[in-house]
Amino acid sequence: MRPEDILMPTPVGLCCKLGGFHIDPTRPVGRALITHAHSDHARAGHGAVLATQQTLDLMRLRYGDSFAGTTQAVNYGENLELGGAIVTFHPAGHVLGSAQIAVKAGGVRIVASGDYKNVADPTCAPFELVRCDVFITEATFALPVFRHGDPLGEIAKLLHSVAVFPERAHLVGAYSLGKAQRVIALLRQSGYHAPVYLHGAMENITRYYESHGIALGELRAVSGASKAELAGTITLCPPSALTDIWTRRFPDPVTAFASGWMRIRARARQYGVQLPLVISDHADWDGLTATIAATGAGEIWVTHGQEDALVHWCTTHRLKARPLDIVGYGEEDEDAATPAPAERGAEP
Amino acid sequence: MNRFAELFDRLAYEPGRNDKLRLITDYFRSTGDPERGWALAALTGALSFPHAKAGLIRSLIAERSDPVLFALSYDFVGDLSETVALMWPKSSPSPHGAVEPTLTTVIETLSTLGKAHLPAQLARWLDALDETGRWALIKLVTGGLRVGVSARLAKAAAAALADKDAQDIELLWPSLAPPYRGLFAWLEGKGDKPVSVDPLPFRPPMLAHALDDADLQNLDAREFIAEWKWDGIRVQAVAAPPLARLYSRSGEDISKSFPELLDALRLPGAIDGELLIMRDRRVQSFNVLQQRLNRKSVTPKLIAEFPAHLRAYDLLADGDEDLRGRPFVERRHRLEDFIARLADERLDLSPLVSFASWDELTAARKDPAAAGADADAAAVEGVMLKRRDASYLPGRPKGPWWKWKRDPFMIDAVLMYAQRGHGKRSSYYSDYTFGVWTRGDVGEELVPVGKVYFGFTDEELLQIDRFVRRNTTERFGPVREVVHAADQGLVLEVAFEGLQRSTRHKSGLAMRFPRINRLRWDKPPGEADRLERLEAMIVQIERAQS
Ligand SMILES: [Zn+2]
Repeated sequence: MRPEDILMPTPVGLCCKLGGFHIDPTRPVGRALITHAHSDHARAGHGAVLATQQTLDLMRLRYGDSFAGTTQAVNYGENLELGGAIVTFHPAGHVLGSAQIAVKAGGVRIVASGDYKNVADPTCAPFELVRCDVFITEATFALPVFRHGDPLGEIAKLLHSVAVFPERAHLVGAYSLGKAQRVIALLRQSGYHAPVYLHGAMENITRYYESHGIALGELRAVSGASKAELAGTITLCPPSALTDIWTRRFPDPVTAFASGWMRIRARARQYGVQLPLVISDHADWDGLTATIAATGAGEIWVTHGQEDALVHWCTTHRLKARPLDIVGYGEEDEDAATPAPAERGAEP
Repeated sequence: MNRFAELFDRLAYEPGRNDKLRLITDYFRSTGDPERGWALAALTGALSFPHAKAGLIRSLIAERSDPVLFALSYDFVGDLSETVALMWPKSSPSPHGAVEPTLTTVIETLSTLGKAHLPAQLARWLDALDETGRWALIKLVTGGLRVGVSARLAKAAAAALADKDAQDIELLWPSLAPPYRGLFAWLEGKGDKPVSVDPLPFRPPMLAHALDDADLQNLDAREFIAEWKWDGIRVQAVAAPPLARLYSRSGEDISKSFPELLDALRLPGAIDGELLIMRDRRVQSFNVLQQRLNRKSVTPKLIAEFPAHLRAYDLLADGDEDLRGRPFVERRHRLEDFIARLADERLDLSPLVSFASWDELTAARKDPAAAGADADAAAVEGVMLKRRDASYLPGRPKGPWWKWKRDPFMIDAVLMYAQRGHGKRSSYYSDYTFGVWTRGDVGEELVPVGKVYFGFTDEELLQIDRFVRRNTTERFGPVREVVHAADQGLVLEVAFEGLQRSTRHKSGLAMRFPRINRLRWDKPPGEADRLERLEAMIVQIERAQS
């Protein structure tokens, strides 16, 4: 059986005719298998949704109870028979509940990995390597300039700044699903035990993480805090809030942003932040290439991001590779979202 | 080196002066000798070693990377040093001989290393550093390490180690050399104050407060002497023949840029004056001086075309005698005598403006040409008032000296685009592009003529910010286009100091020192000024200069 007969790349996502489902479709379909709850992968309006319990819960938090016709929770490792295909979910290490989806038919196994990272993260299950014939990989940070390094080193930069400027508030822009909770967990791991403040937009998701046994220490809502109280504290907020009038409630804020994009100066400058923190929920160049090699796959499909570089790398390593043209990934994904287009100056 | 790189990295993103200062002070406090001294030297531009060329960096990475991946990466990152720093291959955990170099090691090695050994040495260092360290190293060796920190700020940060006055360090500076062990020992109370042995010391200049028309009523005209305020660069010329040195107002040694003036300083002493360009005994406008300042290398041709001139305001030292404690009238007499003895056409006295009442001085300020400035009037920026009895005091004491600038040029312009500011202003739209009317291809249109960042109060900033948010027509990243039609929009009364032709701007004009004078909420944009008015101003300015 040809791999395309099992999973067919279409503009709205990967389609499995045999099993009667799509993976992460970008438009409403009858039956959708969802890798994780980031909004570019998990959209509302499908007839039936199959995903991990956490992904379903997080979708419900975001879209409300009627986000899909029916839902079915799938455990990691559980065998599902859908039409002529066997489907299994495996941890992707990206955010809470994130999964790679393996589809097997006629002796051929294809793994659609969604978004993934192969480094330690105290807020989700670690990435599981699944050997396969075809590996479908993201390419968000697929250039050799992206090596994310040790996130604790970035947290140390933040804590150093808090020590140098004890009378100022530190605002950390971080995507509300996954990144924010990881930053808090990293702060705790670094020995920071003071209360961490939260922007209203991330309270629900963060409480959900806590309800799953992820200890995040004392959290407080910014809305109830006075300006004086916020001096010397750390607040997590969605990146868009960093330039919002919302920041005026803080004493002389230092703005930070936790994202893999912060590795590139021009990108960091576009956001106008003072403290770029290189912390990413996607695999970096070394992570992508090491994972591809370890899956044992002879054929690699590359989607969303810097496809050209990764396809080139595969080719020079004697792997068959092709870019997939799926529209819509990386646009709303909270981490994969590229910054605003290069500044178009108003200068005449 | 990584810690130094981290400081540079953070400084590059930090817009606030005071915040930069604190970051540098923190670095000095937590870093030992001689490392911090070399950092201070790097920050003050005191380092000199032959720089590596970009081609060397390119060939280093070419040996270590796939050309297609390098091209894709460079295209994405946009900066060669940064691309190389980021994609430099990770060396195995403990590569042979790869120990993280200190800044000290790098600088000491570079100053003696033969050119042939540079590539291999650089590669070993790059193997041992992290991303930020590699970036700073490549910038350092190629001479491109700039993060918007002035030498003065770096010295102030050192002074802040011990609550010392930055001026103290400024005074000592010419006699200090990297890595400044003596300086840091003194600042930390572990050593005596370094002795200033400089034969050509910089003396911190005395500065004036701006005068409001209202201040005048409280001042007695008989107590003051007036002179023209020239639109050049304030300098201090110090001589101890055969040595001579020219300092900028901030104490930077600018001798190399004006060698012809040094030759004229043949008597020991220190003159406070204005550096101007003089052609046919006529002072040229600041725009002409700017053309000389823009050139990097000072050639005989440049000197002949833009001859530098020193117009003297004050005499701080005559030989070994320090005159700064004497009253201004006495210093002025000594200055007149000093300039007469020098008898060099490259130096002259700044003439006094005679007046018997404030009304007479007001008239002189309005029309300097008729009040004695004659053909040089276009280079007059205003008048200076100096108390007859005032000593020469460093800094900006209130009372003895006043500057009273000529009325600025003023136009009514329309707000077209607004951009978010930085740092404390990052949540506000605080940078504004404004335009004036002109006839375009399809009728009347606004053409941008400048950008303005200040001149408004905090309250006005809030008002404009609110206006921008409510009247946005399009967004381009951090920039918003704001409604600007004949009957809709905001008129800004913009004041500026000068105007010159420019090919870099669509309007063909560039303004000097524009700022918002007033918000004209009352004025319909259709009644704002036209480009023709600015063009008429330029013609007028040019006529006054020719
Ligand atoms: Zn994602």
